Amino acid sequence: MTLQLASSANLALVLLPEIVLSVAAMVVLLASVRIQKAEADATDRARSLGGLALAGLLAAAVANGWLHWVSPEGEPGMITLDAFGLFANWVFLLGAALTILVSFPYVARQGLQPGEFYALILLATVGMMIMAGTTNLILLFLALETMSIAAYVLTAFHRGERKSAEAGIKYFILGAFSSAFLLYGIALVWGGAGTVDLREIAATVEAGAGFNGLVLAGMGLLGVGFAFKVGAAPFHMWTPDVYEGAPSPSTAFMAAAVKAASFAAFLRVFTEAFSSLYESWYPVVWWMAALTMVVANLIALTQSNVKRMLAYSSLAHGGYLLVGVASANEIATASILFYLLVYTIMTLGAFGVLMIVSEHGESRFQVEDYAGFGASQPLLGVLFTIFLLSLAGFPGTGGFMGKIFLLQGAAESHLWTLAVILALTTVVSYYYYLRVAWYVWMRPAPAGALAAWAPVSVTAVLMGCAGVLIFLGIFPSGLLNGALTAAHGLWLRGLDAGLSGLVR
Amino acid sequence: MTALLDAVGYDAWALHALVWVPVLGAIAVVLSSEERSKNVAFWCSAGVFVLSLGLWWAFDSAGPLFQLATRTVWIAPWGVSYALGIDGISLMMVLLTTLTLPLAILGSFQYIRERRRAFYALMLLLETAIVGVFVAMDLFLFYVFFELTLIPMYFIVGVWGGERRIYAAVKFFLFTALGSLLMLVGILYLYFRARAGGGAPSFYILDLLGTPLTIAEQLWLFAAFALAFAIKVPIFPLHTWLPDAHVEAPTPGSVVLAAVLLKMGTYGFLRFVLPFFPEAASHPTVVAWMLALGVIGIVYAAWVAAVQPDAKKLVAYSSVAHMGFVVIGTFALTVNGLQGGLMVMLSHGLSTGALFLLIGMLYERRHTRLISDFGGLARVAPLLATAFVVAALTSIGVPGTSGFIGEFLSILGTFERYPVTAVVATSGVIFAAYYMLPMVQRIFFNRLDRAENQRVNDLSGREAVILAPLVALMIILGAYPTPVLSRMEPAVRAIVEYVGSDGEAGALAELARGGAEVRAAAIAPIARARTP
Repeated sequence: MTLQLASSANLALVLLPEIVLSVAAMVVLLASVRIQKAEADATDRARSLGGLALAGLLAAAVANGWLHWVSPEGEPGMITLDAFGLFANWVFLLGAALTILVSFPYVARQGLQPGEFYALILLATVGMMIMAGTTNLILLFLALETMSIAAYVLTAFHRGERKSAEAGIKYFILGAFSSAFLLYGIALVWGGAGTVDLREIAATVEAGAGFNGLVLAGMGLLGVGFAFKVGAAPFHMWTPDVYEGAPSPSTAFMAAAVKAASFAAFLRVFTEAFSSLYESWYPVVWWMAALTMVVANLIALTQSNVKRMLAYSSLAHGGYLLVGVASANEIATASILFYLLVYTIMTLGAFGVLMIVSEHGESRFQVEDYAGFGASQPLLGVLFTIFLLSLAGFPGTGGFMGKIFLLQGAAESHLWTLAVILALTTVVSYYYYLRVAWYVWMRPAPAGALAAWAPVSVTAVLMGCAGVLIFLGIFPSGLLNGALTAAHGLWLRGLDAGLSGLVR
Repeated sequence: MTALLDAVGYDAWALHALVWVPVLGAIAVVLSSEERSKNVAFWCSAGVFVLSLGLWWAFDSAGPLFQLATRTVWIAPWGVSYALGIDGISLMMVLLTTLTLPLAILGSFQYIRERRRAFYALMLLLETAIVGVFVAMDLFLFYVFFELTLIPMYFIVGVWGGERRIYAAVKFFLFTALGSLLMLVGILYLYFRARAGGGAPSFYILDLLGTPLTIAEQLWLFAAFALAFAIKVPIFPLHTWLPDAHVEAPTPGSVVLAAVLLKMGTYGFLRFVLPFFPEAASHPTVVAWMLALGVIGIVYAAWVAAVQPDAKKLVAYSSVAHMGFVVIGTFALTVNGLQGGLMVMLSHGLSTGALFLLIGMLYERRHTRLISDFGGLARVAPLLATAFVVAALTSIGVPGTSGFIGEFLSILGTFERYPVTAVVATSGVIFAAYYMLPMVQRIFFNRLDRAENQRVNDLSGREAVILAPLVALMIILGAYPTPVLSRMEPAVRAIVEYVGSDGEAGALAELARGGAEVRAAAIAPIARARTP
């Protein structure tokens, strides 16, 4: 069906997933007050509120699916309705849903306030969806803050734990710092181009009408802001501490969904607004990608704490994704979308197992704690191995297809050096992923080790994740085409700006 | 026989079945009980072997270059296809694989006591991956199978291996992964170059064949591909993972590693490196380097093998030496050289597989592998001694065994073009006798002076069943190699002509240049020309 964007009621329909999700967050908050009184058992509370939040996510997913059938007519304003945004929304919704699904036992055992916890996840997701869908820098900033503030609170959510509070403060201060960069960048771009609309900026820059120096400076500051958010070296220092200190479900959510949202916004701004300045920003992104891949993978090698190792691994994956950003072509953009989806599934799967081994608490993160895990929990051991292999990018898993896709994007722009660095750092990453696998399977359990406890629902979700990863590793065509369509939508405008000629 | 094959439509499903039946077997193993899993695995792999025997008759050496070929779209957006097919070279490698696996599984019945289901499931998955490597006609598909062999092997070595198993498993994994990931970048480069020349994106090897490349590009891509395969072979000085992995692996793991996995490297040279980069592969400097490394491998590994106190390690180093013969035979770029290299591959698969099995059997009896702990076993275990002696003689390359045919042909083929290299390589045969024969003497002859050794039993029925086919094949191939050589010859000749003419002549050149009609004649979905 077609949607006339001239009518404001129809504009609300474009925002339907966001609206549904915001309402769901309010409902969860309200219900938590009632349920607090009605149900004494923490597990039941977590389950019923989590179920409510999942229902909200499902409703938003239905709305998002419906938007695929809609073709808008007229000027969209600050929010655009395109396949890129919709695809990114799937990633965020999936990330939020999986986080909630694997964290039931954690929330119950640690006595977290389930209502607030789930509501914050939903609100952060709303922010992400607007980030991916907006074409206006001011709205982008607001959405980013919506997401970030929810993420700061989620990081510090374990009020009783010093580490969690410390991580929250660190994240808040550095996050605020990076937001300031972003805001200053927006101000300078506005000063140079006279507008905050991405397409108008692109038009102004291409016509050479604006004050180019200011736009360049603003673009640089925007880049710094985004680099902070995606954890690109050398702006990655905050990530390991924050990821390690935050409650595990929050870490999983940040490593997957928050990172995905930052990449989506990064991509949209730099391809839609600054594609004609590709030659100015591409070397910077090139170096950030190379540096991130090398630094993150090398430091991950030395980690004996699995949670911290996963934090560095998440940085490394950010580096791979930056290769896609630096490549800046349609295939690369599609590959980033594809990779983000796969990455969300495998990261949340790995964190799901991590939470089981750490007994849904903040202990037993050392790699030695995984000794004998495969013998006592063969099924979970196999699932964990699949997640690790997928993170390592091994054939037969979705992670492999994602990496091939990223490499194809790099090849399309002739970034062969980056491709080789990606390949070499992947070999390095094999070591630290395999090290966990060898503790799981090849070391006997120490005497007196507790049997890990995993509810059936969590095991089922993890099995689903592993199944999807294997399926995508064998039959990726459907999702590849989806990602290519989504990227095509974004690049129709990027190509107008004449970028294709520059990528040589 | 061919009538029977026709009646069941063998050509249409044989390769698919060979690749995927082991996966079904692995699922059956996981679903069966711990006790019965070994039987399920053995009968499954034995069934695959029986199925694969049909290839021997289905393949027509007078027929098209690639036979039993099928091709289906797999990943449409990238132009990846699920394409299978065999030529004479793949045929022999597939048969070697399907023969080795059931024997290795049968040989593990006593050795593997823990987590049997997992072990046998991994063995069967390994079989799928290896057969897949040898029958894949699409570069992407090949790469996936090539990498997939790593995971089962990593766990087989790491979980069921000896004392330093984790070190060996990780070293094996990282070494091979390093090479193959760089090859992946090379594959993508080739893919983009082929696409840049116009035409749909494709990883199908016949589409990639004859991609116009500058000599610099060829050399770089040659390096990327050759590194991956050279690590796998392994070629000196990239061989250091091999002694560790072979020694630490459980017996069935060592058998599969030595008999089949190493061949994936030499196969890669023949299937991809030589045809894709003919100018680089025949570049004088490259040839000189490869021949030199091959010869160094032969001589160096022999010297190192000679001082090993551990029988298993000695055999492991002898593998490096044998692979040196394959390398010089291959890069001599003569028909005889390639044929000889291939015969060495087959013969090495049989003899080294048998030696690892035999050393495993000795270990089960005496719980040691040190040569000095044995002595005079021939008197108490004559059958075991006989099998060992035959395998050792084949390994040395004594006339009358398959080893002789292989080494003789590869040296002969090298001599045609590089006499000095051939002469030095010949010394390797002498060194082989120098390290192999003393081991045989110290284990089986000398004096039977230890009480433990006097109690050693001879081969059991199961063990005799494992060794009999290997021993028989070593002798049969040594006496009458023609059926094998004649089946491999068209494929070998095509490669030699193609590389020798820098991609201008031979059956492969026609395939590379030819349109649909030429290809239809040269790649047949049905192997034999049928008489109506």
